[in-house]
Amino acid sequence: MIGSLFRGMTRRDLLLFAFVAVLYIGTAYVQSWNTVLGMVNLALISAIMALGVNMQWGYAGLLNVGVMGFVALGGLAAVLVSVPPTEEAVSAGGLQIVIALLLGAATVAAAVVAWGKMPPSRARGFAVAGILLVGFFVFRAVFDPAVARVEAVNPASTGYLGGLHLPVVISWPVGGLFAAGAAWIIGKSALRLRSDYLAIATLGISEIIIAILKNEDWLSRGVKNATGVPSPMPAAIDLQNDPSFVERVTAWGFDPVTASTISVKLGYMALFLAVLVALIWLTQMALNSPWGRMMRAIRDNEVAASAMGKDVTKRHLQIFILGSAVCGMAGAMLVTLDGQLTPGTYQPLRFTFLIWVMVIVGGSGNNWGSVLGGFLIYWLYIQVEPIGIWTMEMITSGMADGSWLKAHLLESAAHMRLLTMGVILLVVLRFSPRGLIPER
Amino acid sequence: MVDALNGLIVLANFVLIPATAYGAQLALGALGVTLIYGILRFSNFAHGDTMAFGTAITVLVTWGFQALGISFGPLPTALLALPIGIAATSLLVVGTDRAVYRFYRKQRAAPVIYLIASLGVMFVLNGLVRFIIGTDDQRFTDGERFLISVREFKAMTGLAEGLAIRTTQAITVVVAVLVVAALFWFLNRTRTGKSMRAYSDNEDLALLSGINPERVVLYTWLIVAALATTAGVLYGLDKSFKPFVYFQLLLPIFAAAIVGGLGNPLGAIAGGFVIAYSEVLITYPMKRVLGYWMPESLEPDGLVQLLSTDYKFAVSFSILLIVLLFRPTGLFKGKSL
Repeated sequence: MIGSLFRGMTRRDLLLFAFVAVLYIGTAYVQSWNTVLGMVNLALISAIMALGVNMQWGYAGLLNVGVMGFVALGGLAAVLVSVPPTEEAVSAGGLQIVIALLLGAATVAAAVVAWGKMPPSRARGFAVAGILLVGFFVFRAVFDPAVARVEAVNPASTGYLGGLHLPVVISWPVGGLFAAGAAWIIGKSALRLRSDYLAIATLGISEIIIAILKNEDWLSRGVKNATGVPSPMPAAIDLQNDPSFVERVTAWGFDPVTASTISVKLGYMALFLAVLVALIWLTQMALNSPWGRMMRAIRDNEVAASAMGKDVTKRHLQIFILGSAVCGMAGAMLVTLDGQLTPGTYQPLRFTFLIWVMVIVGGSGNNWGSVLGGFLIYWLYIQVEPIGIWTMEMITSGMADGSWLKAHLLESAAHMRLLTMGVILLVVLRFSPRGLIPER
Repeated sequence: MVDALNGLIVLANFVLIPATAYGAQLALGALGVTLIYGILRFSNFAHGDTMAFGTAITVLVTWGFQALGISFGPLPTALLALPIGIAATSLLVVGTDRAVYRFYRKQRAAPVIYLIASLGVMFVLNGLVRFIIGTDDQRFTDGERFLISVREFKAMTGLAEGLAIRTTQAITVVVAVLVVAALFWFLNRTRTGKSMRAYSDNEDLALLSGINPERVVLYTWLIVAALATTAGVLYGLDKSFKPFVYFQLLLPIFAAAIVGGLGNPLGAIAGGFVIAYSEVLITYPMKRVLGYWMPESLEPDGLVQLLSTDYKFAVSFSILLIVLLFRPTGLFKGKSL
């Protein structure tokens, strides 16, 4: 059991992990443990996203350039599962919105059925277009007034339907399900075509998901942000007010305020670590099973694999859905950690392309590589900014104060981040295309 | 009769004219994507940021010209700065090709590797553009604002509704027509253009007949630099220049190229207009148009806006999906699948 977890690890890999650990511990001494624990938690989530992308790219060679969308869908799940429902809004239009969405789904289903049943002809095209058009207007006629009523309910603080008020941890698998659903739709339409098309289709769906999160206020308050996602941990302030906790930590010689925030972060870390370890165990088992070998066989030679009777498209769809689900789960964990869903913070460069850098640098096709890449690249991503600013200060220290160039250089040091990540990706891709921990 | 005319004017003013200008910009962008796909055989994700880079340089040069007091009369100064922007972008893309893509060409790497490399290039350009010009919105349009203003049009025709044609919209269309004409002349009439088409059709056969691939690739990048910078500057003149928006343009541009048929220049142009017209038409509230066209009893109460403008990406995406599902090679035959 445990053996399969570490299968294929070499001493060199362990040294690489030790090196990354030293980076984080060093940062703790230079900055503070509090900061570093925050970084570790985000790095754990990033590593899970990297595992998801690695399943798609590393096992199967599928190009998912819409990681951000799946992550955001997971985040939406966290809100919908955990926040208390807005009773007034639900009674104002909750049922009607659900009916409208069902009508919308029924329209699409009817169109698909009509397309399948009718013989290919011009009439079929018109019939399907007609169904969609009529369905769309019916949907809008039911949907719009309900949305207006829901959004009118106390818009400054709620103005949305709210959630189911269940424990937030339940939202993690639910987030995975949401992402899996979106992946199924995309995969069904784009997977049978060449790989570039999947990339462009996923890029598109992720932009649309973010647009929906930003604009559908009834769903998650849009850009007003859904706050108050309950934490699975006790709040730091409660710990500080708990006399037994304060007594214990002061006895150990800690400051109660710092100790409380660190305890909360350690609690999150334990949860995330448990998920990560479980996922690595599962992915390692899967990769080394007949199924994993089949996946890699398909990736390396689709024609040969299909000649051996493997259903390439079906297997691709399967792994695409699984990988997206892992990304969705990580998204729900991220919103749990933040305690709020802020659609404005979903940037493709951070949530799609940075994850890609992690997978490529870590070693595509190797689960431990993705974890290593996640931690290493996240550390770099955070630390490049202070390093960039420091470098710019060194460069500009000789220039006259108040000069235009000096101000410009100092100001733009913040953009060094993107540049560095791009250069790292290009350099690794060229000189070490198999990554730090290559596939075995 | 007058009502019908008024409705038509509203439609032209708010839908047809803006969409034509936008379509021309998308078409130029999609031409760049499709040429790279045809010759180098990969989807270039750095294209949006290449456009942003060219535009950023042009904006800086425009400001320089304005500071020096150089102007282009009623036309925007940016048109004078455009050649310098193209030259800078040419250096950039040829440099990128030497530093990044040529290695993979030698290795005969899979197209997907090029694609990932282009993601890296995209990152670098993203940082570079922000480093040069920052992340803010920049306006750099100057010169005459309108070719025909609403007031002039009303005085001229006596209609209740006015029609405005902005100089930038007219310039966009004129420049796009000139560029496309020059491109097609180049591809169909010159020796280099013919060798590019031969290389795109059948690489091995082209190599056998003595075409130098590196030369073909070099010319492709030069043309792509010119197309991307022109598209970016025209878009910036028409709206404004913001690096992140250019990154987001990638989606409608790809949609245009695929809808038309990847690798097919004629298709890219058609695709650009298909995407632009549907985006604008579906996100424009038709209330005022229908108010003129329908009898009074049937006049709509709502805005008759099919989708809010925030979902304009959803429109290009849906068209993309429909084309992928039912006609994967695009409207014109591309080299897909």
